[in-house]
Amino acid sequence: MLIPCPWCGPRDEAEFHYGGQAHVAYPADPAALSDAEWARYLFFRDNPKGPFAERWSHAAGCRRWFNVVRDTATNEIHAVYRAGGQRPVSP
Amino acid sequence: MTRQPFRRDGHRGETLRFRFDGRDYEGYRGDTLAAALLANGVRAVATSVRLGRPRGVFAAWTEEPNALVQIEHPFPEPMLQATTVELYDGLVARGLPGKGRLSGEADPARHDGVYAHCDVLVVGAGPAGLSAALSAAGSGARVVLADDRPVPGGSLPDTAETVDGLPGAEWAAAALAELDGHPEVRVLARTGVLGYYDDNYLVAVERRGERASSRERLWRIRARRVVLATGAHERSVAFAGNDRPGVMLASAARAYVNRYGVLPGRRAVVFTANDSAYAAARDLAAAGVEVAAVVDVRRGGGRSWDGSEVLAGHLVTGVDGPDGVSSVTVSPDPGGGPAGGREIEADLLLVSGGWNPVVHLFGQAGGRLRYDERLGALLPAATRQAVEVAGAARGLSTLGRCLADGAAAGARAAEAAGFRAGRRPAARAEDVAAAPAEHVWLVPAADYRGHFVDLQRDVTVADVMRATGAGLRSVEHVKRYTTAGTAHDQGKTSGLLTSGVVAHLLGVDVAELGTTTFRAPYVPVSFATLAGRDRGALHDPVRVTPLHGWHVARGALFENIGQWKRPRYYPRAGEDMPTAVLRECAAVRRGAGAMDVSTLGKIDLQGPDAAELLDRLYTGMMSTLPVGAIRYGVMCRPDGTVFDDGTVTRLAQDRFLATTTTGNAAAVLDWMEEWLQTEWPSLRVYCTSVTEQWATVALAGPGSRAVLAGLAPGLAVDGASFPFMTWRDARVADIEARVCRISFSGELAYEINVSAWDGLALWEAVQGSGAVTPYGTETMHVLRAEKGYPIVGQDTDGTVTPADLGLGWALSGKKADYVGKRSHARPGDLRPDRKHLVGLLPDDPDRLLPEGAHLVATARLPEPPVPALGHVTSSYRSAALGRTFALALVSGGRERVGERLYVPVGAEQVPVTVTRHVLYDPEGARRDG
Repeated sequence: MLIPCPWCGPRDEAEFHYGGQAHVAYPADPAALSDAEWARYLFFRDNPKGPFAERWSHAAGCRRWFNVVRDTATNEIHAVYRAGGQRPVSP
Repeated sequence: MTRQPFRRDGHRGETLRFRFDGRDYEGYRGDTLAAALLANGVRAVATSVRLGRPRGVFAAWTEEPNALVQIEHPFPEPMLQATTVELYDGLVARGLPGKGRLSGEADPARHDGVYAHCDVLVVGAGPAGLSAALSAAGSGARVVLADDRPVPGGSLPDTAETVDGLPGAEWAAAALAELDGHPEVRVLARTGVLGYYDDNYLVAVERRGERASSRERLWRIRARRVVLATGAHERSVAFAGNDRPGVMLASAARAYVNRYGVLPGRRAVVFTANDSAYAAARDLAAAGVEVAAVVDVRRGGGRSWDGSEVLAGHLVTGVDGPDGVSSVTVSPDPGGGPAGGREIEADLLLVSGGWNPVVHLFGQAGGRLRYDERLGALLPAATRQAVEVAGAARGLSTLGRCLADGAAAGARAAEAAGFRAGRRPAARAEDVAAAPAEHVWLVPAADYRGHFVDLQRDVTVADVMRATGAGLRSVEHVKRYTTAGTAHDQGKTSGLLTSGVVAHLLGVDVAELGTTTFRAPYVPVSFATLAGRDRGALHDPVRVTPLHGWHVARGALFENIGQWKRPRYYPRAGEDMPTAVLRECAAVRRGAGAMDVSTLGKIDLQGPDAAELLDRLYTGMMSTLPVGAIRYGVMCRPDGTVFDDGTVTRLAQDRFLATTTTGNAAAVLDWMEEWLQTEWPSLRVYCTSVTEQWATVALAGPGSRAVLAGLAPGLAVDGASFPFMTWRDARVADIEARVCRISFSGELAYEINVSAWDGLALWEAVQGSGAVTPYGTETMHVLRAEKGYPIVGQDTDGTVTPADLGLGWALSGKKADYVGKRSHARPGDLRPDRKHLVGLLPDDPDRLLPEGAHLVATARLPEPPVPALGHVTSSYRSAALGRTFALALVSGGRERVGERLYVPVGAEQVPVTVTRHVLYDPEGARRDG
């Protein structure tokens, strides 16, 4: 897989570290959450077949984290955007 | 009679001697081992893996399922196909019973790896591939042409067809010479592409032979466009006795006659369902093989044939012969079985059940396949890769069409990569019209135990029937149930045949059944090649401290911690490890010891929000730490389990130095970066690894203060001036140093940090004081365990919280949050039966418990399942305690202090008593010396 690092350009997947689902923010006030809500944050992640917004880090390159929308069935990369950025609307 | 009785008249070459199964033979340069064996009349080459049946050469290249050999000399290599081993002088090999054996010797050969990038990668140098490469090369594109054979042309030397008026092999050689003349073209011969991964990343193995500087090279190629011109494999038909030596693919027999000048037999029967086998029959007849009959499944037979009898609408229903084919039984279709058939004397049976385009790489790349009813084959359909498939690999069956198709595909690929392809005319060949093929998968019979589907796995139609009879409907399931297609030929000749047989048995269409998933490697590849130079000392970096040479010179024995080499202990003459460690421990507890702790991870944190970041990541409060002070800290994951521990030193209002465990240094830096970049980008902090910039010497023991005072006359070392958990800048041994008063042994202790360049000078000065014993990690482990200090990763796993370790005091109650805090309030984290870190004292003070051993409550093991209360995490002999002891994680352990538990060791139940985890100096009296 060729991953387009927003800072370095397309690089081989072996240079990257996978970080799981994107947009799972650390809760603003964990103490205010119920046990069930906290458990949902800790343990529950989506596992779609198809486009999935996920975090990657260019671990053997610029060491920056960013987000990728990748099709989990085909490895097609639909979008790459900065950590903390909005997921592009399509697809 | 020559010494090679089955060699075609007039075929000569450089004579090579070889030995097979203990007998000496001769062959010619250019032969494969299989060709040379056939030339010498060797029919049974190997025995089958499950049934032990004799097997002969069945194919002529990588699709061979039968002729597995082991090379004994010059270097033992198991599981090679005799059909792909190039003969060389002095080769010693033997046939295998389906399985090889690895050599016990270290392989002296070098293996290597190469990266390449190109605009167009052409896989296969047959008619289509050469044509594609020529038209792509003409555009100026960077072209790589990879072909697994030693000579170009693909099937052309096998078929001896004519291209542009030249014999095919000559045309191919000329085409290759032209390609070699292009500055941007790289031709890789003997290079088989074995894997096709996402975004046109392909991996190929180049076989360079024993005399090359490296035996094999692994090519990793990233191509903008790929042209797959991988050709087609002929397939067999499932009939009784189709595994006998002497049964051979028709195209393979043609290859042996034309390419190698070898006659695979004297009298042949041809069994076919298409016209291509007629060409094979014609070439064999021309070479002097008597063709007894052509058995054609089709009622109308094939194209005109002036040779022997054509039995149209017939099937082969049996093969006889003690060790190989001696006669073939044929019957009209539908036949009455072997009994009703006619027997034809023959020592060779050529089979052609049709052609399978080689779609393996296309399939690996995620391409979808479709079954073509007319061709009886799977053809490439849609893919998202930038790939063209050309020639026989997409179902074209005549030479002229393959040449034109390849040229067009090469031009398309070059243009798609941004180049302008020229108007080079495609090479031409005469195509002969063929009668339509039929698709026959199996010959009906009463007993299917001799109808082989996968020769290499010894899978018969009877085995497939057992699978479908058990209710299996998917070819993926049938494959796993029968193992058909799982051998190292990857089902090249058997995959679609299996699908065809399953479809027949289930009464469904092959099209709807499909085939199994194609996976790399397309051809077998050795682990040594995959590893390349990443083996031995080059497998992983070895990291050593600036003091390493001193440790080596003093005879230290080392242990690996991550990539680091750390001295484990320094044995004196005649000492074993327990003796040396007891001596080193006693020296630290009674006098002074020094240890190289340079490997501890060190992270420099700078910025106005550094304190805030540390407050969020460590369980303790770091922002209140005064400049000049040090605090122990634990980091948790969000789930509340221990991630790492270490110390935090405040160097300035906006600057800290955090230390980590040796093995976790990189992970902790990554952890800080991840939180900073993804969750808290507004925090202004820079994190920098400074592990290798500092050399650090731990000076520990009641005598350490005097040693330090002697080395640092300008430093006030008394307890009031230099209290515990503070640091001072000082000159130590006249070297600029940062001295920290911290202890991992419970003794009065210092850690002296100097520039890595000065590390050795400092260490030698410390040793030169005369009062200091060097000690290693084993002693450090014993000393810290006596004090109940856990080692992250040894006394913890992914389930252990700080509270479990007795580190509840390190959890800030004042902070609103830290990573892991919310989890520490979850019901699961508050259960009284959580496993706590406790000490264990075996009743027998000489008994050393094995680390990892389990703990049970009863002196006699109950019936399984046995409730285990926990396990031993650390176990040592203690000089200070004068006995053995252990640390363990035990359910509700802190409530069990004083309880008797048992550690099953083999058949024995070793009795132990639970204690608090701090076994030595629990009141901390030794900390200040």
